Amino acid sequence: MSLDKTDVEKIAYLARLAIDDNDIPDYARDLTTIFGLVEQLSSVDTTGISPMAHPLDAVQRLRPDEVTETDQREQFQAIAPKTEAGVYLVPQVIE
Amino acid sequence: MHTKTLSELSAALHNGDISSVELTQHYLDRISTYNGELNAFITVAEEHALKQARNADVQLQQKTAGKLTGIPLAHKDIFCTQGIRTSCASKMLDNFIAPYDATVVEKTNAAGMVTLGKTNMDEFAMGSSNETSFYGQVQNPWDKQCVPGGSSGGSAAAVAARLAPIATGTDTGGSIRQPASLCNLTGLKPTYGRISRYGMIAFASSLDQAGPMAHSAEDAALLLNEMAGFDPRDSTSVEQTVPDYSASLNDAIEGLKIGLPKEYFSEGLDPQVASVIETAIKTYESLGATIKEITLPNTSLAVPTYYVVAPAECSSNLSRMDGVRFGHRCEDPKDLLDLYQRSRGEGFGEEVKRRIMIGTYALSAGYYDAYYLKAQQCRRLISDDFKQAFNDVDVIMGPTAPTTAFKLGDKTDDPVAMYLADIYTISTNLAGLPGMSIPAGFVDGLPVGLQIIGNYFDEARLLNVAHRYQQATDWHQQTPDNFK
Repeated sequence: MSLDKTDVEKIAYLARLAIDDNDIPDYARDLTTIFGLVEQLSSVDTTGISPMAHPLDAVQRLRPDEVTETDQREQFQAIAPKTEAGVYLVPQVIE
Repeated sequence: MHTKTLSELSAALHNGDISSVELTQHYLDRISTYNGELNAFITVAEEHALKQARNADVQLQQKTAGKLTGIPLAHKDIFCTQGIRTSCASKMLDNFIAPYDATVVEKTNAAGMVTLGKTNMDEFAMGSSNETSFYGQVQNPWDKQCVPGGSSGGSAAAVAARLAPIATGTDTGGSIRQPASLCNLTGLKPTYGRISRYGMIAFASSLDQAGPMAHSAEDAALLLNEMAGFDPRDSTSVEQTVPDYSASLNDAIEGLKIGLPKEYFSEGLDPQVASVIETAIKTYESLGATIKEITLPNTSLAVPTYYVVAPAECSSNLSRMDGVRFGHRCEDPKDLLDLYQRSRGEGFGEEVKRRIMIGTYALSAGYYDAYYLKAQQCRRLISDDFKQAFNDVDVIMGPTAPTTAFKLGDKTDDPVAMYLADIYTISTNLAGLPGMSIPAGFVDGLPVGLQIIGNYFDEARLLNVAHRYQQATDWHQQTPDNFK
């Protein structure tokens, strides 16, 4: 498998990453090499093997539905790039 | 003072031979002398450390101090520390001061330990050489032309150069064990779920695990005693009793069954490293252990499986870095998409972007089954190999890394060559098993680590097996010439 400029641009868009045009050939080359390594897996017979998502095959632990967190908005927003009146500010999204 | 074990330091503090403030100042002085050349710390928390030390001294005077009260340590800069910057070695978090402590930090604070600072690492723990850090590479104290390993390279260099008596690290594919091997340390990655991941910035959540990086198994056991335990704030934390890891260190190892996977001694292993490992195994035989050749037939699938699973999870985890709630934000975004794209494009380094892209592609529509699902099935095969092996043996041994420390810049242009540095460590993360690296000798002046892999929750046995070796050898006591 070989990834080209269009593939890299599409992946970068999906990942919301701005990448420099000059770097695209390097990304294309590196990703192609890495997926070349991964390609080995396709020849492995995994019929009937259940996928392993958790090393101990644990299931999600549930907790009682109780309020445990207190309001720490001011503390959390103190490290935000831009806030106003208790909300996070981003460029306008609705005309 | 900086060549003493934790137990010796603890005795000196409790006897009043030295105060925690004096001990802390001694390490801070060493950091200020040597950090310029090593770059092991991203942030030195001098004021915070001396304040903790003064509190420790009060407890010591009032006889309310615990075993580790007043002993300094360094935290990898992946653990959130309230009031001290947590950068994860990324430009993205260059200005990030966490509003809370990680559970691991909370626990070392509660034990009365003194945080000297935050150590350098590969950006978001993605790397095997510490060269992907936004704050620059770390030099190996054994040879400054060489890498210290990664991703916990700063912790490894700091402990090896005795700028801290002990440090924390994290291990997703070998990030505690490989730098421990390259810097002559005792590093332990516990069973997945043994130590809380709360407040430990996530890379690949089904693989990440914290652990101690120390000079000896005895020291590592003391810190693990504090770090381990159930935490309701980590959904994958395991509810299982924590034994006293120090209590069983001296247990007999006569009759211990050691498995040697033939796949760990094949092509790609440096012959001089192999010979050091063989000598270490002979030492174990002379201590009464029996050796059995075993097979882990799916070993060759570990690296390709890992490079689907880990990037997939990282692409998801790192989506939280979006320039909105914390971290880097680009200048004058023209719209929301531009804000996301440029903040992330500017904030992340090359290797992190590469891995986010691998993961994004592997999880994208039409490719999920071929990559992610397939990798999860291969992960099961790798894990089943170990289950099979542990029917016959108590522990598995082999090299931690295929070579000694390589030269800075040697592998930075070839991601796949870098990934293969973790060829012997990745499988245990995929299986969730505990693994250790202990000093076993030198090749041309550079340290070689012996890896010991145990069954689930068998950390006490690993530490016992390591300790008995360290009673019979002195490799772990060697200090690099320029840092004595």
